[in-house]
Amino acid sequence: MSEYEAARAAGVRRTVIRSTAALIGMFAFAFALVPLYDVFCRITGLNGKVDTTAQAIIHEEVDQSRYITVQFITRGSAGLPWQMSVATRQMRVHPGQTAEVDFTFTNNSQQKSWGRAIPSVSPSSATNHLRKVSCFCFQEQLLQGDERLTIPLVFQLARDLPEEITTITLVYTLYPVHNMVLDASLNNNKIAGDKI
Amino acid sequence: MAPKLPPQHPLQHSTTAAADGQADHAHHASPKGIMRWLLTTNHKEIGSLYLIFSLIMFFIGGIFALVVRAELFQPGLQLIEPEFFNQMTTMHGLIMVFAAVMPAFTGLANWMIPLQIGAPDMALPRLNNFSFWLLPVAFTLLLSTLFMPGGGPNFGWTFYAPLSTTYAPPSTTFFILALHIAGVSSILGAINIVATILNMRAPGMRMMDMPLFVWTWLITAFLLIAVMPVLAGVITMMLMDINFGTSFFDAAGGGDPVLFQHLFWFFGHPEVYIMILPAFGIVSAIIPTFARKRLFGYASMVYATAAIALLSFLVWAHHMFVVGLPLAAELFFMYSTMLIAVPTGVKVFNWVTTLFRGSISFEPPMLFALAFVVLFTIGGFSGLMLAIAPADFQYHDTYFVVAHFHYVLVPGAIFAIMAGVYYWLPKWTGHYPHERLAQCHFWCSIVGVNLTFFPMHFAGLAGMPRRIPDYALQFADFNLVSSIGAFFFGISQLIFVLVIVLCVRGGRKAPAQAWEGAEDLEWSVPSPAPLHTFETPPVFHRSHHGD
Amino acid sequence: MRSLWQWLLPTCVIAGANQAQANGWNMPVGVTDISRDIYGLHMTIFWVCVAIGLLVFGVMFYSLFRYRHSKGAKAAEFHEHTSVEVLWTAIPVLILVGMAVPATATLKNMYDTSEADLDVMIIGQQWRWRYEYLGEDVAFNSNMSTPWEQIRGEAARGEHYLLEVDEPLVLPINRKIRFLMTSDDVIHSWWVPDLAVKQDTIPGFINENWVQINEPGIYRGQCAELCGVNHGFMPIVVHAVEEDEFEIWLAERKEAAEQEAMGVDREWELDELMARGEPVYRAICASCHQAEGQGAPPAFPALANNAQLIDDLDWHIDRIVNGVSGTAMPAFRSTLNPVEIAAVVTYTRNAWGGDTGDAVQPASIAEKIVQ
Repeated sequence: MSEYEAARAAGVRRTVIRSTAALIGMFAFAFALVPLYDVFCRITGLNGKVDTTAQAIIHEEVDQSRYITVQFITRGSAGLPWQMSVATRQMRVHPGQTAEVDFTFTNNSQQKSWGRAIPSVSPSSATNHLRKVSCFCFQEQLLQGDERLTIPLVFQLARDLPEEITTITLVYTLYPVHNMVLDASLNNNKIAGDKI
Repeated sequence: MAPKLPPQHPLQHSTTAAADGQADHAHHASPKGIMRWLLTTNHKEIGSLYLIFSLIMFFIGGIFALVVRAELFQPGLQLIEPEFFNQMTTMHGLIMVFAAVMPAFTGLANWMIPLQIGAPDMALPRLNNFSFWLLPVAFTLLLSTLFMPGGGPNFGWTFYAPLSTTYAPPSTTFFILALHIAGVSSILGAINIVATILNMRAPGMRMMDMPLFVWTWLITAFLLIAVMPVLAGVITMMLMDINFGTSFFDAAGGGDPVLFQHLFWFFGHPEVYIMILPAFGIVSAIIPTFARKRLFGYASMVYATAAIALLSFLVWAHHMFVVGLPLAAELFFMYSTMLIAVPTGVKVFNWVTTLFRGSISFEPPMLFALAFVVLFTIGGFSGLMLAIAPADFQYHDTYFVVAHFHYVLVPGAIFAIMAGVYYWLPKWTGHYPHERLAQCHFWCSIVGVNLTFFPMHFAGLAGMPRRIPDYALQFADFNLVSSIGAFFFGISQLIFVLVIVLCVRGGRKAPAQAWEGAEDLEWSVPSPAPLHTFETPPVFHRSHHGD
Repeated sequence: MRSLWQWLLPTCVIAGANQAQANGWNMPVGVTDISRDIYGLHMTIFWVCVAIGLLVFGVMFYSLFRYRHSKGAKAAEFHEHTSVEVLWTAIPVLILVGMAVPATATLKNMYDTSEADLDVMIIGQQWRWRYEYLGEDVAFNSNMSTPWEQIRGEAARGEHYLLEVDEPLVLPINRKIRFLMTSDDVIHSWWVPDLAVKQDTIPGFINENWVQINEPGIYRGQCAELCGVNHGFMPIVVHAVEEDEFEIWLAERKEAAEQEAMGVDREWELDELMARGEPVYRAICASCHQAEGQGAPPAFPALANNAQLIDDLDWHIDRIVNGVSGTAMPAFRSTLNPVEIAAVVTYTRNAWGGDTGDAVQPASIAEKIVQ
C-alpha cells in the first residue's frame, strides 16, 4: 500500500468515525427534543401546555383596573365512564386576585377506574400568567364505582398578564389511564380488555 | 429488462490514455449470474442496481398515483373504496420519496462521483453493497403491508399522530420497520459518499474544483446524516407509543400530537432539499455543457447550496402554520421561509446567465434541464406564495400545495434525474440514446406534467382539500384534466424505458467525450466506462472550475 | 420550449384575470375583513411572481432563441460578475421585506381573539363536527347529509354534493365570534374558505380562531386534515344570518332542547323509539357501521347479528355512552341526549333481524349519565 493510499484510508476512517458520532448524536437529539419541547412549551406557553406542578401564590397587589373572564370547560373522552363538571362555568377575576373553583368527578359505572384530566389553556400566551396553586392536572385519580369526588382548583392570574388578553379559557379533558399495574388489579372485572 | 452491465473484461476497454495505469483485473475471478449482483462491490454496478431499482419503484409508485387519479377522474366513488384510496395516496408518497427519487440520486452518485473526482471506487465498497441491498428488503416489506389484514399505511406519507399511532392499522409496525431499514440504507449511503468526496479526490483537486454535482451531493449527504436519525427517532417513538404504552404523541398520557409534527418536519423539510439539491448539481453540469460556456457563478452556486441546506433546518414549522403556533413562531418561520427564496433565486439567475451569450444546442439532456429551470421556478413561485403565513391559512392542505410540491418534485427532481440519465447514458453504455424517441419522451412528459399538475393550482385555490377520495362538483373539470394528464404522463414514461433499453443494446457509438462542451473528469475515461477506472489517480488540471 | 412558454403564459394570465370575482378558479375574496386582506396578499404575491417570472423567463427564452449553436453562435467567456451577483441577491431581499410587512400586519390581526361577543366550541370527531355555543346550552352535531346513493352514483347528484349537512352552524353577522377548537380523536382541520378560517383541531388541546362575518349567506367548507376513511365526507356549512334572526334561532334551539329533555321521563313505545332511532343511526352510526349494520371489520365491527351486543344490553349501552378508547368509537355521553341514545340502542337491537323486542327507556339511559 502506497503512502498515498494509506493516507486515504486513514482519512476515510476519520470521516466514518465522525459521521457515526454525528449520527448517534442526532438520534439522541431527536429524543432530547421531547423534553426540550416540553420545556420550550412551558417557557413560551406554546400549545397551551401548562405546568403540572403546583405553584406558590405570589402576593401581589390586585389590579382593580381590569377584569379578566376565565372560562372553564370540561370534556370527557372515549373509554372512561366518568362525568366531570365544574361549579362555575365562567368567572370574572382581577389580575393578582386568588380564586377558587370546584370540579366534580363522578364515576357513572359500578366498577372502579382510573382517570386523568389533561389541561389546555387558550390563548396560549396566557399560559404563563396562570398560576395554579392547587390542581389535579395530570394526576391519576381513582374513583370507586358510583363515587363522586370534588376537588377545588385554586388559581391566580399574574398581574403582568398582557393587556390584550381579556378572556382565558381553561379546558380539561378526561382520559382513561391504562396502566399495567391497574390492569392487573382490574383483570377480574369486565372492564379490562373488552373492546368491541 | 436485462440491464447492460459495464463491460466485464476491462482489458478490452481500458486502453486509452486517460485510463492508463489501470491494472489488469483478469485475475479477479468474479462470481457469475445472480451472485455477481448480490456480491458486487463495484460502484458502477451498484449504481446501476440503484437506478434500476428506482426505475421499477417509479413505476410502482406511478401506478398507485394512477389508481388515485382514476378514482378522481369524476365525482363519486367508482373504482375503489376510501380506505384503499388512503392507502394508495400514502404508498404513492412513500414509494416516490423513499424508493424512487432518493435511490435514483444515490445511484447517480454511485456511478458518477468516483468518475467526477478521479477515484477508483467509493471509499467503502462493501458497505455500498449492503446499503443497496437493504432497499429491496425495506420496500418489499413496505409493499407487503398492502396485503396484511387491515391494509397498509393509510395516514398519508407524513403519518401524523395519532392517526398513525392510536388509530393506525395493525400493519403500522411493519411500516415502521421498513422505514427504519430504508433509513439505515440512506445513512450508510450518505456516510460512504461523504467519505469518498472528502478523501478520494484526485491529487490536486481542491474542494472548490469539484463539479457541482459532487458539491450538491456532499451537502445532501450531510443533510442525510443530520436528519435521517431524527426520522429514526420519530418512528421509534411511534413504535413505542403503539406497542409499549408510552405516550409521546398521545394527549391522554400527557404527550402532544403536535410534537410529532415538529419532529417529523424537522426531518421532513431537510428531506425535501435532499430530493432537490442533487438535481441542482445535475442541471449545473448539463446547462454549461450544451451552452458551451462555463457555469456562471460557480462559487455562488456552492454558497447558495450551503445556504439552502442551513436554512432548511430553520423553516420546518411552515408546514404547520394552522396547528395553532404562537404568533411569534408564525412570524419567525414565515420570515425564514421567505429567505430561502434568495439563494434559490441566485441559482436560477446563474443558470439563466450561463445561457446568456452561450452557444446553445438542444440535445435531450438539455431539453430536460431547461424544462427543469422553468418548471422548478414555477414550483418555487408557488412555494413563495405558501410562505406567506396568512395566505397559507387558505392554501394549507389544499390541492394548491399538491400542485406546488409536484412541480418541484416531478419536473424538478425527476426531470433532473432523467436529464442526468440522458446525459450520462453514453458514458454508461457507450451509445447515444435514440434522439427522436428521447425528444418524443420529453415533449410527452412536458405536456403530461403540466396537464396533470397545473389545474391543481386552480382546484386548490377554489377550495379542494387534498387527500379526499371524492369531491364537490365544482372541482370536476380540474380533476378531469388532471387525470387525463396523469395517464398521458404515466404512459409516456414507457418511452423512457424503451430509450434506455435501446441505448443499452446498441445505437450510435459515443466517444469518450460524448458531448462537445462537457468538461468534467468522467469524460476522460472511455465510453462505455470500463468496470475499473482511475486505479491510478489521474492528474487533475485546474482548467474548469475556480480560478 | 417556446411552445411551452406560449402555453404557460395565457394560463397565468387567465389565472390573474379572474381576480374580480371568485368564479371557481381563484381563491374566494370571502366575506370577512381578514379574508379580504388574505386575498389581497395572495394577489400581490401572485403578481410579484408573475413579474419576476416574465423577467427571468424572458431573458432565458431570448437567450435560447438568440444564441443557438445551430445559428453559429459563439459562446462568450465570462463566468463571474460580483456586482451583478450581489445585486440579484439584494433585490429579492427587498421585495421579500416589502411582502413581509403587510403579511405580518394581517397575521397579527388574525391572532387577536380578544373582545369576542360569542364563543363557539368546534369539536372534530371521526367524521362529523360538533358545535357548542358556550354559555347558551345549545349544542349539536353536524353530519354530512349527502346520501351514499349519490356518492355511489345510484342517484343524481345535487347542487351541493358533499358540501351539505343536516345541521349547519348558525352564526350572526357583524359580531366577533371566537372559535375554540379541539378534537375527540385524531387531528381534523376546520376550514371555510369564505371565512378564511382554517384551524387544526387537536385532541387534548385547544386552539383559537375568530371570525366576524360581514354578509349574510351560506358558506361551505370541508375538513382539511386527513383524519381517516371518511375524511372527504365531513363538510362544514355555516349559515350567517342577521343578528335578530340569530337570537330567534338560538331561542328556538333552547326550547327544542328543553322539549327533548322532557321526553326523558315518559315511557316510550318500541315503534316510537325505532322511528326516532333510525335517523340518528343514519346520521351518526352508518358512516362506520354501514347502513345495514354490517360494519367494515376489522376497524368497524358489525352490529347486525352481533351476539355479544344482543346478549348484553348493559355492555351495548356502555359502548355508546362511554365509547372505546383508542378507536373511532367516541363516547356519546355528552353528544347525544338520553332519548337519542335510547332510540338508537333500541334501533340497533331490533333492526336487521335482531328483533330482541327491547324498548330501551330514555330514563334508564339518563341514570347512566348523571350530570
